[in-house]
This record gives sequence, structure tokens and C-alpha cells, in this order.
Amino acid sequence: MATAPDLSGAGRDAREPPPPRGGPLAWVRRNLFSSWANAAATAVVGLALAWLLPRAVAWLFLRAVYAPDYDACRALDYRAACWGFVAEKHRLILFGRYPFAEQWRPLAATALFVAALALSAHPRAWRRWLAPAWLPVVAAFFLLLRGGVLGLAPVDPSAWGGLPLTIVLTALVVAASIPLGIVLALGRRSRMPLVRGLSTLYIELVRGVPLITVLFVASFLFPLLLPAGLRLDALARVAVGMTFFQAAYMAEVVRGGLQALPRGQGEAAEALGLSWWKVQRRVILPQALVLVIPSFVNSLLSTFLDTSLVTVVSIYDLTGSLRLALGDPQWRNFFLEGYLFVGAIYFASCLAMSRYSHWLERHLGRWARA
Amino acid sequence: MRRRPGPGSGSASPAGRAGAERSRTVKPARFSWSTRSGRALAFQAGFLLVLTVAGWALWRNTAHNLAVRQIRSGFAFLDQRAGFDIGEGPVPYTPDASYLRAFAAGLGNTLRVSLLGILLATPLGALVGLGRLSRNVLVRSLSTGWVEVLRNVPLVIQLFAWYLVFTQLLPDPTGPLVLAPHVYLSKGGLQLPMPVWTGGPALERPEITAFGVSGGISLTPEFLALLVGLATTTSASIAEIVRSGVLAVAKGQTEAALALGLPHRLVIRRVVLPQALRVIVPPLTSQFLNLTKNSSLAVAIGFPDVVSIANTAINQNGQALECILLIMSVYLSINLATAALMAWYNRRVALVER
Repeated sequence: MATAPDLSGAGRDAREPPPPRGGPLAWVRRNLFSSWANAAATAVVGLALAWLLPRAVAWLFLRAVYAPDYDACRALDYRAACWGFVAEKHRLILFGRYPFAEQWRPLAATALFVAALALSAHPRAWRRWLAPAWLPVVAAFFLLLRGGVLGLAPVDPSAWGGLPLTIVLTALVVAASIPLGIVLALGRRSRMPLVRGLSTLYIELVRGVPLITVLFVASFLFPLLLPAGLRLDALARVAVGMTFFQAAYMAEVVRGGLQALPRGQGEAAEALGLSWWKVQRRVILPQALVLVIPSFVNSLLSTFLDTSLVTVVSIYDLTGSLRLALGDPQWRNFFLEGYLFVGAIYFASCLAMSRYSHWLERHLGRWARA
Repeated sequence: MRRRPGPGSGSASPAGRAGAERSRTVKPARFSWSTRSGRALAFQAGFLLVLTVAGWALWRNTAHNLAVRQIRSGFAFLDQRAGFDIGEGPVPYTPDASYLRAFAAGLGNTLRVSLLGILLATPLGALVGLGRLSRNVLVRSLSTGWVEVLRNVPLVIQLFAWYLVFTQLLPDPTGPLVLAPHVYLSKGGLQLPMPVWTGGPALERPEITAFGVSGGISLTPEFLALLVGLATTTSASIAEIVRSGVLAVAKGQTEAALALGLPHRLVIRRVVLPQALRVIVPPLTSQFLNLTKNSSLAVAIGFPDVVSIANTAINQNGQALECILLIMSVYLSINLATAALMAWYNRRVALVER
């Protein structure tokens, strides 16, 4: 009787797979001409790109006018981009109606904020001192924008605009919606039927309606709901409204983290005799929140994009101040350049955030496994 | 420190919490601070009290503010003459019609642009999603670029830009672009042949006249801008869903099917697609709902959807509460209806476990 062939591979020495055949030619064959269909796709897309790319580069850069010279731009007759519009209006686009002579202040505030954000991006900076360290940054940001101290001329929030306003709004909304979202997520998982029911109702209701209705609530309803003596300015109303909106989404993000934890964590903590609050604060939340940090970055990204909606209720964020700039009848025909400029700012910021989120996911994953 | 279990809490039960709850259902104990259920009851009563007081205070403020501003309340205004014009829509409407009719016209427009948007975005998204999995590096990078750009630029910016493209860069209606025979694109919008019934099936073809294009189906620039903006943005999200759905099907499935001798076409249709669909359908539903919700951005470019109509109504009569309640109920109903429809479909593609 023949013995069965040994298929386990136990006797053989484990070897690395052979290295892929290198060289640019092999890469081209593998990626562009591996089959007839592939070659056909290469031909079609390649031809389209060969037609489009030189024209796009010429329109965007080579033949474009960069100086804020209206006559030169008109002479182009749309055959090339007129970056002169951006050169002429960049301060209005970036800072909105903020007093022209004082625009170094929003610039400094934005630079400070972005630098602080970049410094606290690495998990190595996530220490106990990080939250208190942010307090002076936030204080300096608002003092610079608002003025009224240290000889800075006061500037009313209604005159704030542009990129600093977008950043303020994003930061306020995300910072305020995270604790609110945590409370809602815990409420949705509560054993008390009333708390659970109301939390679920709130989350589902808010997630079911578009942000614009929440902005309508903020700008039309808040003045009616508040007592007659109390007035919130438009920016604060919109920030509160967006916070309520974002909190429902944050709650679902946090709930994802809570559900990812094994039940045993909470049960073990309870068995040790910890109170409910202590179980959540010391055992559940620290683990759940670390799991969802990359999702928090994604929420930051979507809030950043969502702030562009406030222009609908007449707040001049980056999008709104571009529209202010386009209100100049002389330059309004160069809208495409304006939207490309502002779109590029959003795109670059969001790409950075989403890359960071991916990096964080891998980094934290390694850290959690270790 | 947690307090000692009280007399009513079934402390003898070894199962702890579950035991405590079971004994509560069996024997309704008297209220006591020292049981978990007693404290929960007290907490919920307090919570309800706070909510009621807050709600009452808000209601009183609102009533006071409405009285000061001399704004009426209630839905009686829906029967009154709206007085504003609506440029387009499937629901017949004149400025003499009621507010209710205006809201219906707005809802018709919302549904029209959302349904068409879904019909355009789904195949486009599937194409781009599969393109991201292509072995061809050009197709792959083009698809990736499509997704990254559309997902990282705010929809509002895209809509404004599309709107200006459709209203500024296109030729005048007197000399439109001819996309196909009797299909004209101009600043006035898109004109298409319309199937009509005149004693038999026929096509009403738009014609160029001295005053522009007339006849056929006419789509306004506002509608086109919103449709294109919604469809392209949503296609990027759908592409990501399709890509991850296909990737979620284990490679061994394809290999095993090929090893069984199934032709490639059948492998895709019978093995990969059914399994991928199961992963794709639930997030696809929420993308459809997102598109519908995003259609509310119509208000930014002046397309008369239900939110724009509500906005106009609020500016006319100040009845913000009622109008906002109307919009919210419209979107919540759309949500519920879509969720029910997709749940039915999801049951059909779901795994049948034996």
C-alpha cells in the first residue's frame, strides 16, 4: 500500500516567495498591458489624458494671468485662468469683512491654532498637560480676533469671516459635540427605558434631517425660544445649532467604540464594586474613546466641510466671503478661479486630515495590539 | 462605593444584575433608595421633571415672543394664498395657489431631483468603485482622483460652481450647444425630446427659435446644477462602498469558483456579486438618504425644493416653527419609507442560513 503523499510541507524548509520581477518594463506590462482589455483601457484613458492634460495645464498655469490686472484678464477671454482675481481679492476671501488694517490678527490667530493642532497631532503629545496647554491657545485665539484688550481695537464677531471663522466654528462644534455625544451614547445604552428612549429618539431624529433645517432652527427658532432679554449673536446661534446636530453623529461614533468593548470589561468592573459612574469613567470610556479617535478625526473633517453651509444663513465663512468677493461686478466673471482657489484650500486641509486619520488608525492599532 | 443590595433586590441571586431585574419583575418592591431599580426610577422621574420644566419654559418664551412680534401660530396659513411663483416642478402650481400646494410643489421637486440623482449616482459610483480595483494603473488613479476630489471639497462649493458654469459659461439660448439631434444645452437649461401621445406614440422635439429653444422637456440650470452636484458627490461615496464590498468577498471564493470550472462571467454573477451586495446594500441605503438630505442645499442656488419653499414662506409670514416642523416631517417620512423599502430588499439579498 502506497503511503499518502505528505502535503503538510513540514519536511521542507520554509522559503520566501520569489521576488517579483522588477524593472520599469515589467511594471508597465503588469499595470498597463496585462490583457487586451487592459491595453484598450490604457489606450482610451491615455488618449483622453493626452488631449486634456496639456490643455488643462496651459489654462491653469502657462497662459494664466497672475497679476491683479483686470484688462489683461479681460483680454484672455476665458482662454486661460485669471489668478489676478485671487491676487486682488485674497484678503477678502481669506478674512471676510474683518477690518482691513487689523487682518494680521486673524492671520496670527489662525497660524497659532494650526501650529498648536499640528503639535498635538502625534499620540506622543497626548498627555495630561495637553488639555490645560490648549487653554492659553484658545484664549489667545479669541483675544486676537475679538480685541478690546492690550490696545487691540475691538472687532465684533459679526465682522469675523473667512478661514478663521471656518476654523473657529469647526473647533467649537467638534469640541462641544464630543462630550455631548458621549452623554448621548451612554444614554442610548442606558438600562433606564426613559433615558434610553429619549436618547435614541434624539439621535435618530437629528440624523434623519438635513443640516440645513438645523441651521434654520438656529437662525429662525432660537430667537423665539429664548427669553426676551437674552440675545445670542448669529455666530453663537449657528455654533450651538451645529453642535446639537454633530452631537447625534458623535454619539453614534462613541457607541461604535462602546460596542467594540467586550462585555466582560464592564461586568468585571461592576463585580469589583465600582459605581456606575466610576465604571464608565475609569474602565469603559478610556478604552472605548481610544478606539474611536480616528473616527473623531473623520468627524472633524466632515464638520469642517459642513461649516460651508452656514453661508446659507448669511455668515461669511470661507465660502461666504468668496461670494462676497464675487459680488464685485468687475470680477464676477472669474468665479471659476475663485472656486478653484477655495476648493483647493478645503481639499488640502481635508486630504491632510484623512491621511492623518488613516495613519492614526494604523499607529493606534499597533499600539493597542502591543 | 455601591450600596449594599436592599431587601427587595433579590441579593441572594448569584447572577447579580440579571437576578435583580428578574426579582423586580416578579415582585414589584416598594420604592427604596437602596436598590438599583429604585434609584433608576428616581433618576428618571427627576430627568422627566427637568425636561418638562425646560419644555414649559421654552414654550412660554415662544408664546411670549410670538405675541410681541404679532406672529400667528398654527397651520391655518397652509390654506392661504401663497403669492410667490415657483419656476418649475411636476406639481401644477400658480401664485394664486395655497401654501399647502406650494409645499407639495417643493416636495415634488425634492423627490424629482433625489430620484434622478440616485439613478445617476449609483451606476456612476459602481463604475468608479470597480475602476479603483482595476489592474490598469491609469483607470485606477483616475478613479481614486475622482473620489478624493469630490469627497474633500464641500458640496456647497461644488453646487455654486456648477450653478455658475450652467448659467454663465454656456452659450445663450439662441445659439445652444447641440449634444445630440434635438438635445440642446444652453444658459436656459437642457432641452430634450419629450414622448407624447397624439393619436399614437410620438416625440415632441424642441426647436431653436429666435427667442431660444422651445418645446420638449426643459430642465432648468438650477435643476441641472443640483442634479450634477448631487450625483457626482454621491457617486464618490458609493464608489467607496462598492470597492469595500467587493474587497470584502474573500479571495478564496473566486478561486474556488474558478477551480470548479465556472466561467468568469458566472463567477462574478453567481459568487462574487451576491456576496458583495450583502455588504453593499445597507451603507448604500444611507447614501441614498444622504443624497436626499443633501438636496436641501437647493436653497443655496435657488432651486425650489421643499426647503427653499419653506424658507420663502418663513420670510413671508414668519411662521418658522410650523414651516420647520413641516420640512422635518417631510425628511423623516422619506427616511422611514426608504428604510422600509431597503429593509425589504435587504431581506432578499441577505444570507439564507440553514
